[in-house]
Amino acid sequence: MKLIIAIIQPHKLEEVKAELYKAEVNLLTVSEVLGHGRQKGVTEIYRGAKESGNLLRKMRLEIAVNENFVEPTVKAIIKGAKTGETGDGKIFVLDLQECVRIRTEERGSAAIG
Amino acid sequence: MISAGDTAWVLISSALVLLMTPGLAFFYGGMVRKKNVLSVLMQCFIIMCVLSIQWVLFGYSLSFAPSEGFWGGLSWFGLKGVGFEPYADYAKDIPHQAFMIFQAMFAIITPALIIGAFAERMKFSAFILFTLLWATFVYDPLCHWVWGVGGWLRNLGALDFAGGTVVHINAGIAALVTALILGKRVNLNKNVPTPHNMPFVVLGTGLLWFGWFGFNAGSALAANGLAVNAFVVTNTAAAAGGLSWALIEWLRNGKPTIFGVCSGAVAGLVAITPAAGFVSVVPAIIIGLLVSIFSFIAVAVIKPKLGYDDSLDAFGVHCVGGIWGALATGLFASKLVNPAGADGLFFGNPKQFIIQALTVLVTIGYTFIVTFVIYKLVDLLIGVRVNQEEELMGLDLTQHHERAYTVLE
Repeated sequence: MKLIIAIIQPHKLEEVKAELYKAEVNLLTVSEVLGHGRQKGVTEIYRGAKESGNLLRKMRLEIAVNENFVEPTVKAIIKGAKTGETGDGKIFVLDLQECVRIRTEERGSAAIG
Repeated sequence: MISAGDTAWVLISSALVLLMTPGLAFFYGGMVRKKNVLSVLMQCFIIMCVLSIQWVLFGYSLSFAPSEGFWGGLSWFGLKGVGFEPYADYAKDIPHQAFMIFQAMFAIITPALIIGAFAERMKFSAFILFTLLWATFVYDPLCHWVWGVGGWLRNLGALDFAGGTVVHINAGIAALVTALILGKRVNLNKNVPTPHNMPFVVLGTGLLWFGWFGFNAGSALAANGLAVNAFVVTNTAAAAGGLSWALIEWLRNGKPTIFGVCSGAVAGLVAITPAAGFVSVVPAIIIGLLVSIFSFIAVAVIKPKLGYDDSLDAFGVHCVGGIWGALATGLFASKLVNPAGADGLFFGNPKQFIIQALTVLVTIGYTFIVTFVIYKLVDLLIGVRVNQEEELMGLDLTQHHERAYTVLE
């Protein structure tokens, strides 16, 4: 089991979702986060007070998958989120120790899908 | 003779109409995505600044100075001769400047209505230049034709009590033109933009409904029975419009929405605007019930079919509602309501309906062409649209270096 965490551009969320559904990945959690990598942050000015390098809005996706779904999921995220410009984001793939479906108390692979 | 009561009512009405522009800012601001909300509020507020100055310097003179020509000319430049004595051709018992400032608020909100068409993708500098040129070369002449002494549509006998033609059809057509040539927002097909703050839309609608009493009842320019009539039919039509839109949604989509009620109430207010001083309560209900059907078809059926991106439906609500209101005035107007008005088709005077239809056509034609020319001119000079990167990041950060909401702290 793996946990896939992806940080993407906010306006790419709908396209990534569409690609994931095509790859039959239907379970995901999305949150709005702030951050930046190589794409430099933005300047904001409030009554003349300038704040440089402010963090940018990003979307964070968390998807738990069984091994055979890892590659299709990663590929789907890339397909939906890639523009080729800095700021497209990153995908992290982590080992997942346990997964429990609260409703049925199923554990492990059976609880993921 | 100056009447204290009338003057007080017109001044209060002026303040009410001014409040409609911040109301519109929230109405529109709630509908856009959160990365663009400040840009919409900013556009509304900068119009209040720019046009307040334009109006006292030359806008009022171009619109209302007596003239048989294309517009009023510059004889009242800088309010020369526009003082505290009444100018009887416009209002015989309030100071001339009270009439002037009341009209200023109409000149402010009209270009603000167009914002709905190009929201989320127009460069701020281009927006200011476009607005100033549009107010001067579209609003001011049209205002003169319909309301100014010597204006040819006024002389023809066109009825427009509070601005159905001058304000709503005018702004609505300009909205259609700009939406057509500006093109769709980026990624529109993949990303259907949802309103980011519906309570703002409701707040804005409430402020608009409230301010509209000044808009319509204030247009009586006196605290009298005519003002009361306008007040009552305005409230009635807004109510009928909101109810009707909710019913349409209930029947067609299974559930009524607050967005629908707000849209319908505004459409009702738009439609009753030209008629407010000429029709009674039952026509007001009919006008309100029907306008939501027309506007709903425009925004939910015609717009998707034709594919233009009028982001916030300035055309579908204001132009369609305005046309219906102007024509309905020609149907339902009655001298029993206002002896200074005229009878409409249903009261035995078909000629009035033809005059109303002609006024609508003239407005559509003139506004369409001149708005197109102004847009092209501004595009040539400084470029109208932001680049794609700026549009994706949002206008708040790229045009103003601000953001509306923080996630941290």
